[in-house]
Amino acid sequence: MTPRTLYDKIWDEHLVAVRSDGTSLLYIDRHLVHEVTSPQAFEGLREAGRPLRRPNAILSVADHNVPTLGREHGIEDETCRLQVEALEANVRAYGVPYLPLLDDRQGIVHVVGPEQGFTLPGTTIVCGDSHTSTHGAFGALAFGIGTSEVEHVMATQTLPQRKSKNLRVRFEGALSPGLGAKDLALALIGRIGTAGGTGHVMEFTGPAVRALSMEGRMTLCNMSIEGGARSGLVASDGTTFAYIHGRPLAPKGALWDAALAHWRTLVSDEGASFDTEVVLDITTLAPQVTWGTSPQWVTDIAGCVPDPAAAASDDDRQAMLRALEYMDLTPGTPIQAIDLQAVFIGSCTNGRIEDLREAAAVAQGRKVHPGIRALVVPGSGLVKRQAEAEGLDRIFLEAGFEWRQPGCSMCLGMNDDRLAEGVRCASTSNRNFEGRQGRGSRTHLVSPGMAAAAAVTGHFTDVRCLMGG
Amino acid sequence: MEPFTILTGIAAPLLRVNIDTDLIIPKQFLKTLVRSGLGQYLFQEVRYDAEGRERPEFILNQAPYRTASILLAGANFGCGSSREHAPWALKDFGIRAILAPSFADIFYTNCFANGLLPVQLPMEAVETLAAVKGPLTVDLPAQQVRGGGLTFAFVIEPARKAVLLEGLDEIKRTEANLSDIAAYEIRRRQEAPWLEIRTF
Repeated sequence: MTPRTLYDKIWDEHLVAVRSDGTSLLYIDRHLVHEVTSPQAFEGLREAGRPLRRPNAILSVADHNVPTLGREHGIEDETCRLQVEALEANVRAYGVPYLPLLDDRQGIVHVVGPEQGFTLPGTTIVCGDSHTSTHGAFGALAFGIGTSEVEHVMATQTLPQRKSKNLRVRFEGALSPGLGAKDLALALIGRIGTAGGTGHVMEFTGPAVRALSMEGRMTLCNMSIEGGARSGLVASDGTTFAYIHGRPLAPKGALWDAALAHWRTLVSDEGASFDTEVVLDITTLAPQVTWGTSPQWVTDIAGCVPDPAAAASDDDRQAMLRALEYMDLTPGTPIQAIDLQAVFIGSCTNGRIEDLREAAAVAQGRKVHPGIRALVVPGSGLVKRQAEAEGLDRIFLEAGFEWRQPGCSMCLGMNDDRLAEGVRCASTSNRNFEGRQGRGSRTHLVSPGMAAAAAVTGHFTDVRCLMGG
Repeated sequence: MEPFTILTGIAAPLLRVNIDTDLIIPKQFLKTLVRSGLGQYLFQEVRYDAEGRERPEFILNQAPYRTASILLAGANFGCGSSREHAPWALKDFGIRAILAPSFADIFYTNCFANGLLPVQLPMEAVETLAAVKGPLTVDLPAQQVRGGGLTFAFVIEPARKAVLLEGLDEIKRTEANLSDIAAYEIRRRQEAPWLEIRTF
């Protein structure tokens, strides 16, 4: 048999039909639903009088526009409240499992799915959210879709698909202490660009990926979409199985044994062919910081804001000039000389317990720099509870950080957690686009440790200088 | 869905690279429960200032581009968020075709669900068309863009083309495969019984 990639294997297992027009119908095992991209899909079903094919294949939760303060008193913003109420009415009408806003298990869809054991190796997982790529950390084919596709999955449990190309990313060497998955992701996107993975599914390989925890792998796969790839993949292994075992929705007993036997076969075969290969030596990698309005515009902490005069093409030069103007940065400025007014720690990229531990280790015994507003938003109620059990909330609060309730929060600012015009923020989220965290706001993407280091020093600082202190 | 065949209209040049869906439609307009009415918010943060006044330098605030039905853009158009509000806003404004060197995957798929045609053309062709005075014609049956005496051919997957030409409903098409789906589900339950969803 021809050697196959992990992506090829998952694709083959989910192929329902190849249609006469050449498109493939792919079966979807799991569907995550949130309040922002689902109302029109439910409405479409209702208007067409179609049933929802498999309500139990859905896990729904409100995350994008929920308040992170005082939610026990209800949602003040009327449009946000109406959207959450619409979700609640829809899931009730169609019998879809739902985690309510005040449930401890509520949180960002991409944090909740793995926590609950909803995310399993070898499955196909979709959500009306581009960061669905996160679940690829489990060796699942997971990708973001539009609302019309959400409706399509609700009606048929399938999607018409075209097969993507296979891209293999190999990280050579080991990460030095103080660096993590976020640095890997940003360095990769800096290399290939935000369109580098377009049309591809990326599989991440190499010893540094094997050494990552599940949470690190989720951070890495989460950012695949920022490199243009709808999906990222890490083949499952002992680390994966240990994470899943015993979670509420994970298989148990004999089913667990059967699942495990199958999951062990879900790796790219020796000699499998990849359309594109990227190799990145990370031995000397330093903490990454973005300087522009695209995740590909990144350098390391010892670097400087680049000069557009050195751009490869006129288009690039124009784009860089525009970005520097928006970011209010001058070429040649050392990254460490950039002062900040805000810090955001959270999101589906870096809102898990290990991320909070990493940030708390830096914050412990230090104070948030005067003039900086720093927010910590756990990715889920369970992450929040765990952090509080470990005393991380006390560390953050004593240092002067705000400690909030779980949700997407300032990653995209659909709720009240937004930056004012011109405010510069070190953020553990995934996008530094113009206006992403608020109209006219300026976002620099970093790891949780780097965000905490920036919070306590007032400017970008190499987190390694504050470690082991 | 409204079919797409031949479109002749004003083409607005917005030749930036990496125009992301946050720029096309900012997050504060994603709180809607319907698909309509988003055209007024298209490119809101670059089209209007903080007080809501038009920025005269923005292309869609200039005659004749206020009535543009075609957008000319740089590479990687529609990157970022999966929000279908982006094609909804473009369509509601009146845009039916986008000409760019490349598109992000999710946005590209979302266009076809809404009767929008994303046309892939080399940057030189997009720039040449941007310099053409007068309207352009996007001819899907012939797979051509014409204007100013010039003709550029483009490539599109036959299945995608058919969806737009005939205004096909994708769900209805898939319903022709319902027996395949049912057979797959039975087979899958036997081969991978651990995938049956447990409930809380």
